[in-house]
Amino acid sequence: MTTTENPADAPVKEIGRDRRRKEDRRLITGRTQWTDNKALTGLLHIAMVRSPFAHATIKGIDTSAAKQLPGIVGVYTAADIGADQVQLPCAWPVTKDMRSPQRPALAGSRVNFAGEGVAVVVARSAAIAKDAAELVEVDYDELEPVLDMEEALKDGATLVHPELGTNSNAQWVFDSGEAGSGGNATEAISKAESDDDQIVVRRRFRQQRLVPVFMEPRSTVVDPTGEQLVMWSSTQVPHILKTMLALTLGLPEHKIRVIAPDVGGGFGGKIAVAPEEVVTLLVAQKLGKPVKWTETRSESLLTAHHGRDQIQDLTMSVTKDGTITGLDVKLLADMGAYLGLVGPGVPILGAFMFNAIYKIPSYRFDCTNVFTTKTLTDAYRGAGRPEATFGIERLMDEVALELGMEPMEFRKKNWIKHDEFPYTTVSTLTYDTGNYEAATDQAMQMFDYDGLRREQAERRRRGDVKQLGIGISTFTEMCGLAPSRVLGSLDYGAGGWETAAIRMLPTGKVEVVVGVSPHGQGHETAFSQIVADQLGVGFDDVEILHGDTQSSYRGLDTYGSRSLAVGGIAVVKAAEKVIEKAKPIAAHMLEASEGDLEFSAGKFSVKGTDKGVGIQDIALAVFAAHDYPEGIEPDIDAHATFDPENFSFPHGTHLCAVEVDTETGFVSMYKYVCVDDVGNVINPLIVEGQVHGGLAQGIAQALYEEAAYDDQGTLLSGTLVDYTLPSAADLISFDTANTTTASTTNPLGVKGVGEAGTIASTPAVVNSVLDAIRHLGVKDIDMPTTPYRVWSAIQKASGTSGRADEANVASPGAGLGSTARDMPEGGNL
Amino acid sequence: MARIRTTVDGLVYEDDVEPRMLLVQYLRERLGKTGTVIGCDTSNCGACTVHLDGMSVKSCSVLAVQANGAEVLTIEGLERDGQLHPVQQAFHDNHALQCGYCTPGMIMQSIDLLGDNPDPTEHEVREGIEGNLCRCTGYQNIVRAVQDAASKMKPGAAPTAEAGAKQTVAGGGA
Repeated sequence: MTTTENPADAPVKEIGRDRRRKEDRRLITGRTQWTDNKALTGLLHIAMVRSPFAHATIKGIDTSAAKQLPGIVGVYTAADIGADQVQLPCAWPVTKDMRSPQRPALAGSRVNFAGEGVAVVVARSAAIAKDAAELVEVDYDELEPVLDMEEALKDGATLVHPELGTNSNAQWVFDSGEAGSGGNATEAISKAESDDDQIVVRRRFRQQRLVPVFMEPRSTVVDPTGEQLVMWSSTQVPHILKTMLALTLGLPEHKIRVIAPDVGGGFGGKIAVAPEEVVTLLVAQKLGKPVKWTETRSESLLTAHHGRDQIQDLTMSVTKDGTITGLDVKLLADMGAYLGLVGPGVPILGAFMFNAIYKIPSYRFDCTNVFTTKTLTDAYRGAGRPEATFGIERLMDEVALELGMEPMEFRKKNWIKHDEFPYTTVSTLTYDTGNYEAATDQAMQMFDYDGLRREQAERRRRGDVKQLGIGISTFTEMCGLAPSRVLGSLDYGAGGWETAAIRMLPTGKVEVVVGVSPHGQGHETAFSQIVADQLGVGFDDVEILHGDTQSSYRGLDTYGSRSLAVGGIAVVKAAEKVIEKAKPIAAHMLEASEGDLEFSAGKFSVKGTDKGVGIQDIALAVFAAHDYPEGIEPDIDAHATFDPENFSFPHGTHLCAVEVDTETGFVSMYKYVCVDDVGNVINPLIVEGQVHGGLAQGIAQALYEEAAYDDQGTLLSGTLVDYTLPSAADLISFDTANTTTASTTNPLGVKGVGEAGTIASTPAVVNSVLDAIRHLGVKDIDMPTTPYRVWSAIQKASGTSGRADEANVASPGAGLGSTARDMPEGGNL
Repeated sequence: MARIRTTVDGLVYEDDVEPRMLLVQYLRERLGKTGTVIGCDTSNCGACTVHLDGMSVKSCSVLAVQANGAEVLTIEGLERDGQLHPVQQAFHDNHALQCGYCTPGMIMQSIDLLGDNPDPTEHEVREGIEGNLCRCTGYQNIVRAVQDAASKMKPGAAPTAEAGAKQTVAGGGA
């Protein structure tokens, strides 16, 4: 396929076109601006000295040997640069009584996870800094690590932060009976237990700990030599970072400029005010010289925030004919050693998603956040919604099994019908639009659901070594974060609006300044398409500016699939204001009254005549400003802020088939079909790409990835050898499609797409793995379903192997994730 | 320090380097060839893939001194007279990149693959690029791009893109 041009005299609607991306040219030729590329005269480099212990007191630090190395500029402990006095921010105090430990930029007297920084080395080169970091002698007194969430909450447990008096960070409860949005779930389940016409199903699921693994390691450069201190950083959140640096360090906000240049992926992992960003800044300030920090991959896996990590105890009551009567959710969520920027709120987002697409009359959600001596957890693609979706979609299969119902039929019986929208759920959200039947029908057809079921039956009958499994996930999610008032009601520390500004340049070209901050999403292309349609200018006449707080001074950045559904709408609103401002000038130029004008395809025309003037000509006219109406300013630039009234609710039906080798436990992807409803689509190519990448990450959680710790709190999967990202050879081509119900809560009718694939896919895959071997007696397998775990589960179910006793075939519920034992031999592939 | 002489993207460079300096560090830090990037420290990710005497290598796993006397081609040397290499063009046409961080290595590896196998099946593409990790695309469009490029390149045409004019730049980037 080739890119087609859009001549100005033949306007084609840009929205909906599969435009090739504007961003690509630089990226495919290596003309990139990653933070680590930054070279400044006199640039110094830092390396962090990190704790090898999960929990220890620091008795002393000897920097003398390191300081002797030629090329060393300085070696600093926390106290030397005030890093121990810093309180890195958490912007989401989920409850009034949430317990927050101080999170320093460098540890002062105690370390609370393996990898925590204790000193920093500054040198002429990164290599010298790394050499010197190894010469810093730190004397530690080891303390007991805190690794298991359930143990951590028991009386007498070792405390991560003794000053808090507990390892519980917060408990957050939603009860639909109390909220008035439904009945009392505890009562409903209790009643069901004594009702012969109902059953109650209880399951414990484990959400393993993951690492986002953006491909570009984090990097920060701070230049303190100008009037404004400039920080380049590989971040998703330049605006939040700037404000938080001001608040955290007491710096005047107008003296800070943050730039997110090219950013190589984030997936939530770069929503942070990282200790290393602060340390780089403190060192640069101390020395008055530009300073760079770039992490190694191993440092990244060890210290950049992790995601997920929950124990889920789920209870569902249901009538024997398959109608859900109650759902009770109890979560333990591992915060790790400290609270990240939004970490405590991540599992709480799940509160609104466990009820998913189903009509559940009574619902209770109770989440306890727990401190452990591990790397902190925070947002990772989906943030709270994948965990919830996994829990409910696994549970739907389990309940269907108990009922003897076909799993899709059980879902159909309970989901919200297309004619019931808008629908206010038991967790108080109002889903504006959706059509679960349509997405499911299309997916079932594309998948050949019945045909694969026949193939599965045939393989079972033959007793094939490779058994086929089919898994379903019918999901929805809440994204487009978020209505500011809703965030306020959840005690979030900021709003959820987004800003855009449009600058009409004298030559008719258009600069659009946005507050969202892309790192692979294709904003420059999609927003150019929106502006081209709104203003009737050429796609190539539009430039999207982002990621520099000097040009984009107002924004809340990119996460939660918000860039289009919130940021894109701000662009629309700004364009509308441009047209409004241009109208009196057009009327003046055309010697007509404003009421006689209409705007279409970039041109104001006098109705019923062939007189008209283009908006790009008006831009030149106001630049010259020789002749414009009295009482208005000669300027058609505009700025708009959009605060959504609701989340957006993409949904879809995902169907997965896997082959499980019953002799080796090896799982191979066989077929994957998803039909997603993401509302109106601006660029189908970008939407498809987002779905593909999302699927890969969700599938990887099901089959491959886990941040595993040993019993001393040492990260075992601390390199890309051990943390097994899928390669091209591990995955297959996915069949993706869209159904569309336009969102009614924004003028473009769009919904978010960035996280949908990740949220939906994990339970579909695990359901399919279990479906392949359930007939052998296997009931559950923890994620990731590695060959060793699958093989062990089969062995245990058939009672043929002593070794199987060691395997983790039922959910362990232990904070260790039970991975330490089987990792060495259970690695993927 | 060791003296090395290399040709990188058609220019000849002479430099003194530390014996332990990696080729990727030499490219980035000494020559300013920042189009080639570092994604890991265990040679798993392939983001730093370049061609060394016509073969793809992970430049984090080659010492700069090992490139002495050799020709290195990076992502920055693929364009010819403003024309993208067919694999670059195919990556653009098929939306085979999102954040773009893995892209230089992925393109260099794909060119090498097509040199060996001008008409790979989907399976052969997937096996051929399995040493290069991408976190954004799920690989599907990368596979499409490689097959699209294959269909547009004459068999065996890939390595010809690597010939180029040479100039000597002593101490370049030092």
